[in-house]
Amino acid sequence: MTRPLLELRDVSLSFKGVKALNALSFAVDQGEICALIGPNGAGKSSLLNIINGVYRAQAGEVVFAGEPFRRIRPGEAARRGIGRTFQHNALFSRLSVTDNVLAGLIRHSRTRFVEHAFGLPRDRAEERDFQTRAEEVIEHLELSPFRDSVVSTLSYGVQKRVDLARALVGRPSLLLLDEPMAGMNQDEKREMSRFIREANERLGATVVLIEHDIGVVMNLARHVVVLDYGRKIGDGAPEVVRKNPEVIAAYLGAVH
Amino acid sequence: MSSIGSDAASDFIAATPDALWPRVRRALPIAALLAAAFVGAPAVGDDYWFNAILIPFLIMALAGLGLNLLMGYAGQASLGTGAFMATGAYATYNLMLRLPELPLPASLALGGVIAGAVAVVVGLPSLRIKGFYLIATTLAAQFLLEWTFNQYGWFSNYSTSSSISAPRLVFLGYDLSSPVARYLLTLTTATVVTLVAARLVRSQTGRIWTAIRDMDTAAAVIGVPVARGKLTAFFAGGFICGVAGALWAFAYLGTVDARSFDLDRSFQAMFIIIIGGMGSIAGSFIGAAFVVLLPILLSRVAGAAFGGAVDAGQLENLQNVVFGALIIVFLIKEPQGLAALLARLGRRLSSPSRR
Amino acid sequence: MDFFLETLVGGLLAGVMYALVAIGFVLIYKASGVFNFAQGSMVLCAALTFVTLRDKGLDFWSAGLVTLVVMVALGVAIERVVLRPLVNQPQITLFMATLGLSFVIEGVAQILMGASVHELDLGVVDVPVEVGPIQISQFDLVAAGVAGALVIGLSIFFSATRIGVSLRAIADDPQAALSIGIRLQTLWRIVWGVAGFVALVAGLLWGARQGVQFSLTFVVLKALPVLLIGGFTSIAGAIVGGLIVGAADSLAEIYIGPLLGGSVSTWFAYVLAVVFLLIRPAGLFGERAIERV
Repeated sequence: MTRPLLELRDVSLSFKGVKALNALSFAVDQGEICALIGPNGAGKSSLLNIINGVYRAQAGEVVFAGEPFRRIRPGEAARRGIGRTFQHNALFSRLSVTDNVLAGLIRHSRTRFVEHAFGLPRDRAEERDFQTRAEEVIEHLELSPFRDSVVSTLSYGVQKRVDLARALVGRPSLLLLDEPMAGMNQDEKREMSRFIREANERLGATVVLIEHDIGVVMNLARHVVVLDYGRKIGDGAPEVVRKNPEVIAAYLGAVH
Repeated sequence: MSSIGSDAASDFIAATPDALWPRVRRALPIAALLAAAFVGAPAVGDDYWFNAILIPFLIMALAGLGLNLLMGYAGQASLGTGAFMATGAYATYNLMLRLPELPLPASLALGGVIAGAVAVVVGLPSLRIKGFYLIATTLAAQFLLEWTFNQYGWFSNYSTSSSISAPRLVFLGYDLSSPVARYLLTLTTATVVTLVAARLVRSQTGRIWTAIRDMDTAAAVIGVPVARGKLTAFFAGGFICGVAGALWAFAYLGTVDARSFDLDRSFQAMFIIIIGGMGSIAGSFIGAAFVVLLPILLSRVAGAAFGGAVDAGQLENLQNVVFGALIIVFLIKEPQGLAALLARLGRRLSSPSRR
Repeated sequence: MDFFLETLVGGLLAGVMYALVAIGFVLIYKASGVFNFAQGSMVLCAALTFVTLRDKGLDFWSAGLVTLVVMVALGVAIERVVLRPLVNQPQITLFMATLGLSFVIEGVAQILMGASVHELDLGVVDVPVEVGPIQISQFDLVAAGVAGALVIGLSIFFSATRIGVSLRAIADDPQAALSIGIRLQTLWRIVWGVAGFVALVAGLLWGARQGVQFSLTFVVLKALPVLLIGGFTSIAGAIVGGLIVGAADSLAEIYIGPLLGGSVSTWFAYVLAVVFLLIRPAGLFGERAIERV
């Protein structure tokens, strides 16, 4: 029996009176890949935004690594080990791939402004260390050919991979992926699935991901949570959820 | 800690000729430029060149550089450049006046630090507000500081006129009041400041700044210290503008006068980086050259065309039209400014195989 | 107490005129997300054109009509030449473009029509009127009346007509507005034309008040704190903001200025606006956008 790494308890969120999430509870075990599915507007992205502090839940709490919180600052979530990729491109568009990945390490930095300004030894040593770590992830995600390219010049699929690299380089214990495969073709999706599985198995990151492609979800996830209009209508192993009539009615039935 | 001493050494050893060559090749044009500026210009330049062109060019390039760190790199738009320059000028003046034992570089640097600190205070609202709202807070600083320096006699040592003559520039016993000496002082300061700025923008701090500029919400989510980044940008920008302001007062005008740091100066700095190139250090210099040279060129052309009988007011109007139009054209056609334009041109020239 | 009231009322009347300029900003900002720094230059341009035509011997109404045509044409031309090529650029870029634009308009207007100070007589005698215990400038009263009428007229125009509804739709969701067939460019053209008209009225009132000269462009600097307090997107905010700034400005000049030993009018409104902003980061009436990632 593994202890849950992440647990949501009765989390509610509304915008201007419209409920986005309604007393939602579920738990994600250490080391698993958990998929959040549900139609557009079901509250999936809002949920990720609560977990890493972009939004504040109006009620309920989130427990991460045994510590409960209602609201966490985004930077604080990152420092505690919650990594994140974004649904819409949120890369630093005018920076190179390497610089984007390096930005994912900034939260581990121990050097300060004055050291950067004058290139003091500690800064140089840290810079070399960060370059090595970034280079590792870049190679691992097969981004080496694009190392020095400005990200806005890259294809959508490659950008999604850069986003993953930026999240992975800081070695997060929890990785939140918001539609990492949206807009990809089957080959790209297969490749991305492989990278995600490797991040999970080799780097030990617990993964929560939002995905619309049911084929991908069934293949990748061990645990599926289904949302509909801010409510949870299914929670369990993929093959169980698949047979849940409410899920079929709300979601699976509509998509082919 | 023992590794620190050997870092430089291992750097050196690791730098085999193959690895060294690209670095040398990159440093070569800059070295040539510096040699021309430090040796060539004093040898051939005359007082007009120093006073009317080179000194104001270098100082405005610094002011542009300061704003560029803040706006071009960190994405925090500011119309407070004039106020930061005034702060640097008045701070340096008072340091020289009240602590005469301080050597000149220390007064300049401290004046810059004070301007940087003031800029940090001006930048505090940036932690809560963005965009135009932030521009307005820098405008508030511009008006309030300009007023303060004019209003309170302490800043100008209770001088009766609103402009005060700057103390003599002396360093290590040398009198620096000749045009060429003031030029060399300005050039040395600009070189040191620019080298540090170039290091900064390539360092982690630069990465923090550009991350905030490109996507501040995502930056916060991945753990980039957004508040610290904004404030260090305000400090660095304020520091450089402050040093530029002190030089403007001491090495260029010879007087300290709040009116020479008004809102128009802030606009001018912004024009420099739009025309030269936002987020480019070279762009600050290119833009400043453009902004300093164009009026001279325009007045020459107008003088030649109308036989010297051009009304000064009309000439200024013409300048404004040309600058305004250029701003619009650059924003539409080349948002990265002259720096990007020249870089593209350079690439085209260096690869003649591609037509 | 009477003196306080007099100062307050004078300030509020000036505030209505600030609101008039601020509304020009709000219209354009709502429709296209442009913070139009050139609004002040448009005010100067309108006033200069009008007095130049009057000097040429045109009567009041003809001069007004010709100036109106010029200003609406200018607004439409700006939209076409400067802003359309910059569609979808960051707001800060648009702002800088209008900054450049203000230099062009000021330069061209002064090259063509001279930079000397012109008198502008609207035929309103500036004698103090006794209202109860206090005296109020008759000109300020009339000017505030005209400005107020225009402000109300514009609010009605933009809340009751189809154009107003489209405007709100676009401010809420540009994509959705486009998809239901609102012609964005037509709307922009209308809004810029209206902005030209507002600039004309502001130019006449401000020009008559302080003479037609370069410093008219500083009206833009007075209107900015109004927008910060009221929010960039609300006409009601512009009115309330204008009144707050007008009143606070004149009261501060009388009661705070002497304490600090000089005129505080260059900066007081700004510092006030920053204080407001720190409390309400999107202004009193502005809505704070929900950040999406």
